[in-house]
Amino acid sequence: MERTALRGRLTWLEAEVVQLVQETARVKTIVFRVPGWTGHLPGQHVDIRLTAEDGYQAQRSYSIANANNNEHVALTVEAVENGEVSPYLVDELVAGDRIELRGPIGGYFVWEPSLGGPLQLIAGGSGLVPLMAMIRSQMSYASPVRTNLVASARSWEELIYRDELEKLSRERDDFDVVYTLTRSQPHGWNGYGRRIDKDLLAASTFAVEEAPLIFVCGPTGFVETAAAIMLELGHQPGGIKTERFGPSGG
Amino acid sequence: MSLISRGFQRRREVEASPDRVPPGQYVTNDFPVLSAGPTPRISAEEWRFRVTSERGEETTWTWEEFSALPAEAVKVDIHCVTKWSKLDTDWRGVSVDTILKGVGSSAAFATAHSYGGYTTNLPVVDLTGGKAWIAFQYGGQPLAPEHGGPARLLVPHLYFWKSAKWIHRLELRDSDRPGFWESLGYHGYGDPWKEQRYAGD
Repeated sequence: MERTALRGRLTWLEAEVVQLVQETARVKTIVFRVPGWTGHLPGQHVDIRLTAEDGYQAQRSYSIANANNNEHVALTVEAVENGEVSPYLVDELVAGDRIELRGPIGGYFVWEPSLGGPLQLIAGGSGLVPLMAMIRSQMSYASPVRTNLVASARSWEELIYRDELEKLSRERDDFDVVYTLTRSQPHGWNGYGRRIDKDLLAASTFAVEEAPLIFVCGPTGFVETAAAIMLELGHQPGGIKTERFGPSGG
Repeated sequence: MSLISRGFQRRREVEASPDRVPPGQYVTNDFPVLSAGPTPRISAEEWRFRVTSERGEETTWTWEEFSALPAEAVKVDIHCVTKWSKLDTDWRGVSVDTILKGVGSSAAFATAHSYGGYTTNLPVVDLTGGKAWIAFQYGGQPLAPEHGGPARLLVPHLYFWKSAKWIHRLELRDSDRPGFWESLGYHGYGDPWKEQRYAGD
């Protein structure tokens, strides 16, 4: 198992909101400028900490959505119903607000150039976020590895980053995306319209002979299914990295 | 002194008395799953559990032999470094004290090894004295593979990454050696009450 060590102690940094992007009805990307940020690898996450006037604090972890870019850290956050932190981030924050953040965290579910490719990414819902950081990093390199993304979403409207993904797949020979929309499909949709299964992944992912690096991220059930199918298709367990988003408190 | 977040306030109800929830944690009723790779599927027939001492002596249990060991019911709170805590979880397992009874060892450290290659390190004193189990039931049911079945280590007083899923071997050692997450920037010991999440905390 490849490892990338983290260095030094992770201290809380002040992060200032510099940009907000509405991705879907309940999902926003929040771009922070973080003086003192030492950079990150795609796939890593941060902890954020909110403090109320009365001293009450809450912490949560969020995946980083952007490629390493000086002091900028972008988080794509889905407002969880009855959540405490995510609705605050999505509905309350405005440019100029400041929160506390520390990271980067996680050195396993990451891609870096020495790992090579091709890169097979499989995303369920907001599990696309850390995988998008990998795609954005790839596209900024002089010699990107071939990258294939299978993205599952409930509907076209709920698919985050769709304009950027469409543009990349049109313009780049080294990037392909396959969508499956599990609950509703636009009129005239000719992509997949069901939950991932063996036939779908066999037809849409790199073959075993290509020895892809496989990253799977999404809700637990999605990740369990996708990882088990990739094993069944003959990929090695050590070549499949997973990150699971529990349906927890938000 | 922490930065005040404009307009932020507590929205969750107070779920439990503060002495049950370590700093930075929130209580969940779900049981989120976190693992670095695919879930290993190990049948009872092929399952083996081994203890290796610092002198290289090895004791092995088959599933049948392990099942014959005295087990106990355990109700504990668990705390994941990803911020969720789950209170009053019900397990059934064999105390590590029972496991180590017949093993001659004075080692101070241990590394738990899992099917699938995961490792984590702990001091032996944190595994003994009624503080740790090899658990094989959760909520009255056989432990599901995604939660570490057939059997996982259960060390509830430390962050839950120390409770290695799919445990296969307990390696007793004279020296400490960082495990999987401990080599990737996570804390070597992982006391939730001291909020030892990452190296240097």
